[in-house]
Amino acid sequence: MSNFINLVNSIGLLDDMARQKSYIHKLHPLTKLATTLAYLIFVVSFDRYEIIGLFPLLLYPIIVLTLADIPTTFILKRLLFIEPFIIGIGILNPLLDHHIINISGFAISGGWATFISIFLKSGFTVTAAILLIATTGMDKLSYAFRILKIPRSFVLQLLLTYRYISVLMEELGQILTAYSLRAPNQKGVNHKVWGSLVGQLIIRTFERAYRVYQAMCLRGFTGEYNNGTSENLKFNDLIYFLIWVLFFIIARLYNIPMVIGSLIMGVGV
Amino acid sequence: MSHHKLEANNLHFIYPDGHKAINGLNFKIHHGESVGIIGANGAGKSTLLLLLMGVLLPSDGEIIVGDIPLTKKTLSMIRQRMGMVFQNPDDQLFMSTVYDDVAFAPRNYGLDEKEVAKRVTDALDMVGIQHLKDRAPFKLSGGEKRAAAIATVLSTQPDILIMDEPTASLDPKSRRKVMRILESFDHTKIITSHDLDMVYELCKRTIVIKNGEIVADGATTEILLNEELMNKCGLELPPTIQSCPVCGISKKA
Repeated sequence: MSNFINLVNSIGLLDDMARQKSYIHKLHPLTKLATTLAYLIFVVSFDRYEIIGLFPLLLYPIIVLTLADIPTTFILKRLLFIEPFIIGIGILNPLLDHHIINISGFAISGGWATFISIFLKSGFTVTAAILLIATTGMDKLSYAFRILKIPRSFVLQLLLTYRYISVLMEELGQILTAYSLRAPNQKGVNHKVWGSLVGQLIIRTFERAYRVYQAMCLRGFTGEYNNGTSENLKFNDLIYFLIWVLFFIIARLYNIPMVIGSLIMGVGV
Repeated sequence: MSHHKLEANNLHFIYPDGHKAINGLNFKIHHGESVGIIGANGAGKSTLLLLLMGVLLPSDGEIIVGDIPLTKKTLSMIRQRMGMVFQNPDDQLFMSTVYDDVAFAPRNYGLDEKEVAKRVTDALDMVGIQHLKDRAPFKLSGGEKRAAAIATVLSTQPDILIMDEPTASLDPKSRRKVMRILESFDHTKIITSHDLDMVYELCKRTIVIKNGEIVADGATTEILLNEELMNKCGLELPPTIQSCPVCGISKKA
């Protein structure tokens, strides 16, 4: 049960982090969104057998993490949550793709190379997405989406879904607490009550969401979400974006670890 | 001050399942009045409040705010003049900080950020939670949540404040604090509650509802001391004026 309470609190933790005042937090939401999008595009643009060339891109999350003062364990915990799904997606590759490829002088099966590549790419992209929310907050992020002319209904849907996750979790937490108090010797929830439990959860969450919506309407909500953010892009924002994009381009065009290795070993590239 | 009056004429409401929640209510509330609406569970109090705010639309009859009948077209204008605090503050607080929650309505009404900031500061000062403005609402205590929920409504500077069970689930100190906040609001107040002591202290007029009908409407001091009426409506005398449980002396006398 405490896991659920932790989960609900962790959603609030993202909002808490987004309210910090670091250099990264002060950047315009659009800058952070554009930089993250550029990062994602460059990460996924690498060849499916590429492993070594991906490593320089680790610099982006490390620097953002440090400058924004976000605890590393916070990101790692969330990554651990997502990694089983990634393993599930890529685990068949080593079994299906047996042809041998050469990476920096090491012979490795193509299946293992693609699996490691998927693992790294998803880890990098998920970290970048978490960092974006943890340094910007969903409210300001939706403001950036609106600047990009993303349809109002889509942005609103995203924002309310994010808000309703905590509503859903709270209701689920209450139901599970009530269940566990009347079934003290059981591990988990008996499969016989899964149906009624999920039904209860949906009805209760729906009713709660409806009351929240009523409260919004009574305070003048007509479909346009206004969070009061109206910041202008600054010179700093432009420099931040350009430096990162330049770095991503260099990392994409040149295999930086190989170049460094060659320079150290004194071998021409 | 006729623009602040609230009137219900022959008000009826039937839920989709056929349950008749409100059966022909008639009343008029004038500017500055504080009115308590009491009744047993299921009497129709919460439904009445939802009707007054236009969340539900009457099956029959009409509601007039000022001189404007409440219809779908006038809803937005009327809601700017009336504020409702829900029974459960968790339903009312949905933003990531208390500040953003209190600023939600002023921003929706198109005020500029300077005016929004002023409204938020004033509302938070009124309920005494200025220090909580950057906190996440779900991390607040019950009393703090209630104060924040009231602030979200006060920031719209309503002419009429409607509250559903404002003191429910509060500890004695928090309850007293909420009562002081309500006391300081000098416009029209409509409060539904089972906390009859609070109604006795804050409301000069009381409307008693039973099965969706008005059973009594008059001075609180008369209605709440009418033991026969209270028993008939599934209620009791307010605890502060019941007989002393130790010596048995009636405080009513």
